[in-house]
Amino acid sequence: MAYRWTNRLSRADVTPEALFMNRRQVMAAAVAGVGLAGIGARATADEALEPNAWEDITQYNNFYEFGTGKGDPVAYADALTTDPWTVTIDGMVDTPGDYSFRDIMAEMTIEERIYRLRCVEAWSMVVPWNGFELADLLAMAGVKPDARYVRFETLYRPEEMRGQKYRTIEWPYVEGLRLDEALHPLTIMATGIYGKTIPNQNGAPMRLVVPWKYGFKSIKSIVRITLTDQEPLNTWQQILPNEYGFYANVNPTVDHPRWSQATERKIGGGLFSKRVPTLMFNGYEEDVASLYEGMDLRKFY
Amino acid sequence: MSVVDQINRFARRVPSWALYILYLLPVPYLLYLAQTGGLGREPIKALEHELGEIALQLLIISLTITPLRRYLGLNLLKFRRAFGLLAFIYVTLHLLVWLVLDVGIPSQIWADIVKRPYITIGMGAFVLLLPLAVTSNNYAVRRLGAGWRKLHRLAYVVVILGGVHYIMLTKTWALEPMVYMAVILGLLLLRLPKARSKQAA
Repeated sequence: MAYRWTNRLSRADVTPEALFMNRRQVMAAAVAGVGLAGIGARATADEALEPNAWEDITQYNNFYEFGTGKGDPVAYADALTTDPWTVTIDGMVDTPGDYSFRDIMAEMTIEERIYRLRCVEAWSMVVPWNGFELADLLAMAGVKPDARYVRFETLYRPEEMRGQKYRTIEWPYVEGLRLDEALHPLTIMATGIYGKTIPNQNGAPMRLVVPWKYGFKSIKSIVRITLTDQEPLNTWQQILPNEYGFYANVNPTVDHPRWSQATERKIGGGLFSKRVPTLMFNGYEEDVASLYEGMDLRKFY
Repeated sequence: MSVVDQINRFARRVPSWALYILYLLPVPYLLYLAQTGGLGREPIKALEHELGEIALQLLIISLTITPLRRYLGLNLLKFRRAFGLLAFIYVTLHLLVWLVLDVGIPSQIWADIVKRPYITIGMGAFVLLLPLAVTSNNYAVRRLGAGWRKLHRLAYVVVILGGVHYIMLTKTWALEPMVYMAVILGLLLLRLPKARSKQAA
């Protein structure tokens, strides 16, 4: 059942390695004061769709399980054991139980999805994920007709996740989706980036990616998936309900109480990177707007 | 000779301009780090936060001069102006990074100042610092007389606003801004008349 969604970003949007290397030389030259001559040449109309460098994606992360600093995950996530890994799928499913990550992978079709990632903190990246559709995993367990929501839980293992030694948030981290959101072909479980195994700091071995929602919805290092008929209380909503809701759809017209969501900064542009306008549903309006027809997106933020 | 005497003797020999040089060195260093990836993959926010934190530290240091003298006999009074002015310089740089590199869109800058409480508070602190910076010269001290001391009590308000500004911008209750706030409140409590009279008795 894979390939239900056709990627509008293609391989051609990935920076070719030669250009990628060239860009580093340009940056190095600029730093050395030699000049910025080469930069204008590669500015094109779809530059906004160009995936970020591996270093951007793997060194600038929010993963409070390893600390609240953006560099903490890359510094400390090595301590995490991801093999063996078991995911409990329970609640309103036909075959509840513990599924080993290896068994899951044997059943799934891995494909590449180049998605925008928009953090609620108003920064963004483009990530070439590898993974499978969540719908396929849910089909493996068999969703019962009464199920309406999916609840996800991150691993709680403070001896390997040093951020969990402090109660910065309630552990384990919890997220949730409405069932139709979970079954949407855009919604994937990512297991790789740039064709490589997903690094621990990005949510190994398996993390959710819901590209039209703020990044915090895309929960990492998942150990439990529960089908339910109750709307799950996700961690950020639980901590600051006036700032973070259940839906958390990217929406430039609904500001965070403390900052504007109208613009975002793409990571990797250096010291003089300009903000760019944020797109409705992070650019996936065509694909997902119908899910929210008739809903007041100001109320259900 | 006691340690305090030794420090006082040393302090008398150190010119206050040395402090300006020492405390302005981080500026080119941070810019260098920001350009070379030393501040991480998003150098704008990192630079903004570093400058803001140094500014808050300098404001706090300027508040320690009086209690250090009163309670420990350390005389660092000649450096207080330098710390105050350095704090103003760092607050200004912090604001400039926010204005030019971070937001950069005039309409959004104004909207943020009006609509976002933590930015309103930060802006307020900057505006209150302006008269202090302008009157931080010998001429103004002479000219304003007793009024100068009164005016410069605004520093207490500024440092509290700075601490609140820091607390409000974190997503969760983080430890660091709380520690700063505790130090600020502690230093201000030492200035209450009651604390002072206790010391006298």
